[in-house]
Amino acid sequence: MNISPAALPAFDPAVDAPKPHHAIYDYDSGPPVNRGKFAIWLFLATEVMFFTGLIGTYIVLRMGAATWPDPADRLAVDITALNTFFLIVSSATMVKAVERAMLGDNSGLIKWLALTVLIGTTFVSIQAYEYAVLIEDGNLPDVDIFWSTFYAMTGFHGIHVAVGVIWNLCILIAAIFRKIPQEKYMKVELAGLYWHFVDLVWVLLFTIVYLM
Amino acid sequence: MSQATTHAANSPHLEPGEGEAGTVREHHDHHELGFLRKWIFSVDHKVIGMQFLFSGLVFLALGGLMAMAIRYQLAWPWRPMPGLAWMFPATGGAISPEFYTMLFTMHGTIMIFFVMIPLLTGAFGNFLIPLMIGAPDMAFPRLNMFGYWAMVPAFFFILLGFFVEGGHAAGGWTSYPPLSTIEAAAPGSLTGQTCWLLGLTWVGVSSMMGAVNYVTTIVKMRAPGLTMMRLPLTIWSLMITSLLQLFALPVLTAASILQLLDRTLNTGFFTPTNLQVNNITPDSFLYGADSVGAAAGGQPLLWQHLFWFYSHPAVYILVLPAMGFTSDILAVHARKSVFGYKPMVYSLCAIAGLGFIVWGHHMFTSGMNPALGMTFMVSTVMIALPSAIKVFNWLGTLWGGRIHLRTPMLFACAFVSMFIIGGLSGIWMAATPVDIYIHDTYIVVAHFHYVVFAGSLFAIFAAVYHWFPKMFGRVMNETVGKIHFVGSFIFTNMTFYMMHQVGVAGLMRRTADPYAYDVYQHLQPINEFITISAFCMFAWQIFFVVNFFHSMFWGKRVGRNPWNAASLEWDAPSPPGHGNFDRPLEVYRGAYEFNSPEVAEDFIPQTRKL
Repeated sequence: MNISPAALPAFDPAVDAPKPHHAIYDYDSGPPVNRGKFAIWLFLATEVMFFTGLIGTYIVLRMGAATWPDPADRLAVDITALNTFFLIVSSATMVKAVERAMLGDNSGLIKWLALTVLIGTTFVSIQAYEYAVLIEDGNLPDVDIFWSTFYAMTGFHGIHVAVGVIWNLCILIAAIFRKIPQEKYMKVELAGLYWHFVDLVWVLLFTIVYLM
Repeated sequence: MSQATTHAANSPHLEPGEGEAGTVREHHDHHELGFLRKWIFSVDHKVIGMQFLFSGLVFLALGGLMAMAIRYQLAWPWRPMPGLAWMFPATGGAISPEFYTMLFTMHGTIMIFFVMIPLLTGAFGNFLIPLMIGAPDMAFPRLNMFGYWAMVPAFFFILLGFFVEGGHAAGGWTSYPPLSTIEAAAPGSLTGQTCWLLGLTWVGVSSMMGAVNYVTTIVKMRAPGLTMMRLPLTIWSLMITSLLQLFALPVLTAASILQLLDRTLNTGFFTPTNLQVNNITPDSFLYGADSVGAAAGGQPLLWQHLFWFYSHPAVYILVLPAMGFTSDILAVHARKSVFGYKPMVYSLCAIAGLGFIVWGHHMFTSGMNPALGMTFMVSTVMIALPSAIKVFNWLGTLWGGRIHLRTPMLFACAFVSMFIIGGLSGIWMAATPVDIYIHDTYIVVAHFHYVVFAGSLFAIFAAVYHWFPKMFGRVMNETVGKIHFVGSFIFTNMTFYMMHQVGVAGLMRRTADPYAYDVYQHLQPINEFITISAFCMFAWQIFFVVNFFHSMFWGKRVGRNPWNAASLEWDAPSPPGHGNFDRPLEVYRGAYEFNSPEVAEDFIPQTRKL
């Protein structure tokens, strides 16, 4: 064991000084997947856990409750079913938008993306209308645990849809004014992954909150 | 392993990491950035690491001061603190029961969420990951900058809470409802708790951005030849930690938002039916008589499950990076390769994996189903296996090495020894029957301070001393460093070891004046001893502060590789400039090749081809 080790090597300008002009060495390793795509999948994993927390809370509270109202008595299931259909359709239009972007067809991208934004906006609007009607009838989140969970779960999903609409809108504006070249299609695909995730979560939420 | 060497000419304004992957770009070092761009709005991982480091150290001092106040009260209850009458005019400088409750709540919160996590993953994660894998920066430099910016609202809310009516959160750092959700239950449940929740949510946002960035960087940006099994253990530990954050943290975010809704919109997630607190009926729980009444039907126990689902993995977030730093530092200063590299990697994974299924051991006395407690007990005890693998491998690393007892090595060895104490008490504490007896006593306090303070914080000190030359191009003073170590080590043990004694005697946590009970009165002298030791330990840190700032400007200038270490970060200039590395890298071996008979020197850098 060496309690007082030898003196550390001193600074030697010939070896230790940084070289003034050098390139930036940016290597690629690991799986052949785009960095952004890799990161968005990680992000979606965090989102899955976030909604797991919410859905888990709902299940625990509902199973633990003495009585639970039938959702059909309190919620407008038919109009929301239509809304669910809209959101699923918007996933299909998003797929078309990504496909157009991959092919470098900017006008096709604009068309399909605009349709996606439109349907997404419709979804959020119908949800806002649903909220307005419910609140008009006095069904506020502080009335009982059913309404507490209902607003928390659908509300967080609604925020996610709104974020997705804004994200798609930004890409749409970029496509209209600057044109998204074929090699930059990943911009559209990343938004698409998020959009499909939001859609998938809604299918689960609709089943659990409205149908079961 | 692909190494694209496309020469992308005429792209001078790309920041590192922002271009297409796998390119070597021309870099013209022509513009000096202004102060704001360089130090405040920086996208450089090294500067962001420094920002986390400095804010973490400031909060460390704040959290430490709170600990001192807690100790003062426990040694001399209700005695006015000398010179602090101006702060507490109502009591003449003495700590009130409400203030004491707030102190231990905020001490825990600040130390965990604003000191240890930002220091381990924010400061060292940012600084070390690109350097140790040979990358020019993080995969997403701008996201990295936002990761620190998200800490700014967190700082704001957590500090704001001290100045709002009713004081800061006082429901314990665990914020169990109904203490935390009902105003009548604790004074800090007024606005302070709301600030607490908002602060924590922002910490969560910051950690999430950081974790996505770290994992992407480690997986996608390693230098050619640097396979996963050649990575330094520091990088492995930071990656596993990031995965823990990715999968556990969102659940806490969801839970905090639900508690926030309980407090602001009167939802009832954590408020049970027919709850009565302090003879107050549910209708007037929140915001006085004009309240419309909160929804009931919730479950307080649900919060505990959600909270510990994150906060138990958070315990491993607090210790895994420390284990990684220790592995690296022990190997370098013992001049020996890490004993059992692959078991070290697998045991990190095992600890993290098991860490997800043990959260219930915090809840043995909470009314949870005892049968469920049994499964949590078994899974918790199983964590002893990978932990023991790590400890034995550290000892194996030291065995037969040429040990250089420099300051970082001393702190790393202290980490190993004190982690053993904290770890061993963790094993028998995990047994349900034992835990029921010792729950909420000072045994628990001793246990987690041995792991987090004596363990992780000592590893942070080791890491600061070890990587300081890379951060600033200078070494910290060795003599002052050793003085800092000896005093810290002795006083830490005097402080926390004695907590085991009072804990076995049954002394409760979170009680402002335990001597109100006759049975605890004989413990007052031991508590006085602990308090004086803690004061000495706190004061002793002046050696660190002085050494740190003095060495930053006037320390001895050293070269790229003062410790003769083999890993990649020592290939970069000290401090590394824009883009980190000034020559192309090619990795041929693992990070721990010391005393090889193949070369005359006692180490082979990862980049040397034989």
